[in-house]
Amino acid sequence: MKKINIMFFGIILICLTLFIISFELEKDSSSGESDKTVNIFNWGDYIDPKLITKFEKQTGYKVSYETFDSNEAMYTKIKQGGTAYDIAIPSDYTIKKMIDNHLLLPIDHSKLKGLGNIDSKFLNLPFDPGNKYSLPYFWGTLGIIYNDKYVKASEVKHWDDLWNPRFKNSIMLIDGAREVMGLTLNSQGKSVNDTNVKDLQAAYEKLKKLSPNVKAILADEIKVYMAQDEAPLAVSYSGEAMEMMDNNKHLHYIIPEEGSNIWFDNMVIPRTAKNIKGAYAFLNFMLEPKNAAQNAEYVAYATPNKAAKKMLPKSMQDDKVMYPTNKTISHLEVYDALSQKNLSKYNDLFLQFKMH
Amino acid sequence: MNTKKRHYWRNLYLIVAFLILYLPIFYLIFYSFNSSGGMNHFAHFTWAHYQEIWSDQRLILITVQTFFLAFLSSLLATIIGTSGALGIYSVRNPQVRTLILGLNNILLVSPDVIIGSSFLIFFTVLGIKLGFISVLLSHIAFSIPIVVLMVLPKLQEMNSSFINVAQDLGANHWQILKGVILPIITPGMIAGYFMAFTYSLDDFAVTFFVTGNGFETLSVEIYSRARQGISLEINALSALMFLFSLVLVMGYYFISKDSPKGKRKDRKAQQNLIR
Amino acid sequence: MKAKGLYFSSYVLWLLLFVLAPVALILYQSFISINGNFTITNYENFFKIVAYLRMTFNSVFYAGLITLITLLISYPTAYFLTRTKYKQLWLMLIILPTWINILLKAYAFIGIFSQAGPVNNSLEWLGLGSHQLLFTNTSFMLVAAYIELPFMILPIFNAIDELDESLINVSRDLGANKFQTFWNVTFPLTLNGIKSGVQVVFIPSLSLFMLTRLIGGNKVITLGTAIEENFLVTQDWGMGSTIGVILIAAMILIMFLTGEKKRRGR
Repeated sequence: MKKINIMFFGIILICLTLFIISFELEKDSSSGESDKTVNIFNWGDYIDPKLITKFEKQTGYKVSYETFDSNEAMYTKIKQGGTAYDIAIPSDYTIKKMIDNHLLLPIDHSKLKGLGNIDSKFLNLPFDPGNKYSLPYFWGTLGIIYNDKYVKASEVKHWDDLWNPRFKNSIMLIDGAREVMGLTLNSQGKSVNDTNVKDLQAAYEKLKKLSPNVKAILADEIKVYMAQDEAPLAVSYSGEAMEMMDNNKHLHYIIPEEGSNIWFDNMVIPRTAKNIKGAYAFLNFMLEPKNAAQNAEYVAYATPNKAAKKMLPKSMQDDKVMYPTNKTISHLEVYDALSQKNLSKYNDLFLQFKMH
Repeated sequence: MNTKKRHYWRNLYLIVAFLILYLPIFYLIFYSFNSSGGMNHFAHFTWAHYQEIWSDQRLILITVQTFFLAFLSSLLATIIGTSGALGIYSVRNPQVRTLILGLNNILLVSPDVIIGSSFLIFFTVLGIKLGFISVLLSHIAFSIPIVVLMVLPKLQEMNSSFINVAQDLGANHWQILKGVILPIITPGMIAGYFMAFTYSLDDFAVTFFVTGNGFETLSVEIYSRARQGISLEINALSALMFLFSLVLVMGYYFISKDSPKGKRKDRKAQQNLIR
Repeated sequence: MKAKGLYFSSYVLWLLLFVLAPVALILYQSFISINGNFTITNYENFFKIVAYLRMTFNSVFYAGLITLITLLISYPTAYFLTRTKYKQLWLMLIILPTWINILLKAYAFIGIFSQAGPVNNSLEWLGLGSHQLLFTNTSFMLVAAYIELPFMILPIFNAIDELDESLINVSRDLGANKFQTFWNVTFPLTLNGIKSGVQVVFIPSLSLFMLTRLIGGNKVITLGTAIEENFLVTQDWGMGSTIGVILIAAMILIMFLTGEKKRRGR
């Protein structure tokens, strides 16, 4: 009994201490009344923390910053309500889905300053015509990463090259049904948004033949693996590729010219937002070229803000991985938001491929 | 000679077991001093990642909150779980007992996403504001079954004649609980507490779904940061946390060192009394 | 009886709010098809599509193996630990590694098992050459067993530690050798600890999903992966719930079977 008492009061004491510390810490950082706080829901490590401090100083708002690790998880949370996020940063197809389900508030363009800084080719895209609900934050592409120690540049030019029998057990694929099915469809001259049952079945048949070449199907950890020479080839996003190439000089990134995916992460205002004024303040803050440039330099993803791009270091501006030529971009497609049924079809086929 | 040799093998086995258990942790700590980005090539020794933590207010706050949550939720879970175990123990009908145990284990078998999303729906229906309270409730909820599983075997091993003797001696319910049952199930409760603490620290999916209004735990932060690759700052933080827990565990052990002996004597005395 | 009800009530309240209510919710959802109708198509699909059945088999098979490996390593560890001087301290040091985030430990293993990692380096140094260690079923099971190890050691340690020394002495006095004593006295008396250890390890192993991807490279697909995918990627909560319901039903069935046996044994 004595022992239990010691433990019990010890734990209570620890709890109290921790509570006081966290209270003290919170006092000088975030939280307060809802009209003074801007709730931001973003991917982890997707903003320069110094920008948040700057925003707080400039506008007098406090920022409460929360992170998510997938579009779908974020979607579930916003749809369910419960918390009021003033700003969220989902990707293209999720934005479409959120618009269709009336989860977003329209953005009043007259309240924006510096919309002209955004490159017009990243505006008015099919997932959000006229940018009624979203503003571009970062963008990127899907492509092939290869290690020049094991693979010659001439050997990987097209998606079809992945099927080369020489690459037995050497490809790491990104764990996404849209991505893997999409690249197969691309290799067959089809669109990444194809929903024709026959085309999908044909793609699956072709994908099955890729199995012997696949070493693993992974997510974020691909970059760790590629950086440590674990595989000669990978299919992943440009942002990830940049990260890997920083850590391993032998890696290169290409976008097959027959087509691929281009993706956008845009800022939106969820319907449940409480502090609309604060949300606009944040949008305008991020439209400012100086801030967008600082963010792009920190996160190392491609900024859609053309004025900001000009402020980046020369080497970053000329980087073909981050900023492919207009000709390449013209071949790229954004993922459409598929209907539940078609999405299931994609996922079922992909699951069967994984089990193969 | 013979026993000495046997001790040698025994110790060797334990040393190897401990080495394996601690290998990944030492690996993490080792690379927290790495000046280059990742966890594969060690370039130069540096303290830079530790300095990063110091300037990262947000990370410090999250760490403190995570520990506060873990200590508190496991304490409450241990209390409720122990009373649950006592209750289950007192249920005489074996079928009812297995049924309750089956229900008890549901949260253990359910994948985190299911628990997380159903709790989310549940909290929104009840109108509970997402944030610290909802996370605390969820952590208590998913830690209770493990406490029950740790405490119940202790109760079952308990010689029921203890209770009968105590009752014959005129002890009331509370006295029996305090004087006879609790000392016997203490190890189970401590084990349950530690497990609950572990579950709370480790959980990502459930916390993600039920949190809100700026409250975050360390694992949610680590998981979402992993999108950009694990930064060695997180390694450094883990190294510090590890050292801190080590000191805590050692400290706790040496403070409470005298009591186990006393406890054992008590129990021997009890057993003698009963025999 | 009154007092009993008092401390039982908080637990019963928990059962109602956090177990029965969510289960009811999941059960309801499992009958909602992808088109939003109330049907049993999800269950039909589960038993009709070969992929799901194979996944179920895989999950049970790998969870069983992981539990077995964990048990084989844990029992001697727990047994030897009870015979050390500062056993409570050592026990806490066994638990300590679980407080480091699992994702971080997984990333550490990625480094350790990599082509140029310490394991391959030592293999090469021993003249065995380097091997592909990651993305194999073996490495997946080993890492999973590593993660579960403390959860198995703890209950077994408690069971052995509680063992009445005098029983062992009696057995030795009666002329039984070490092995006989272990097999006939120690082992049966610690069965309860093993049972809770197995429960704590086997059940979560059925629905592992992170390690299957990080270490196993998605070569092994378990029920956990499928649920994860249905909830988060396809957003087909109906199918995800169906698999969840089947998992829960299987678990309750196992519990009933083992419970029954125990009673008959006594």
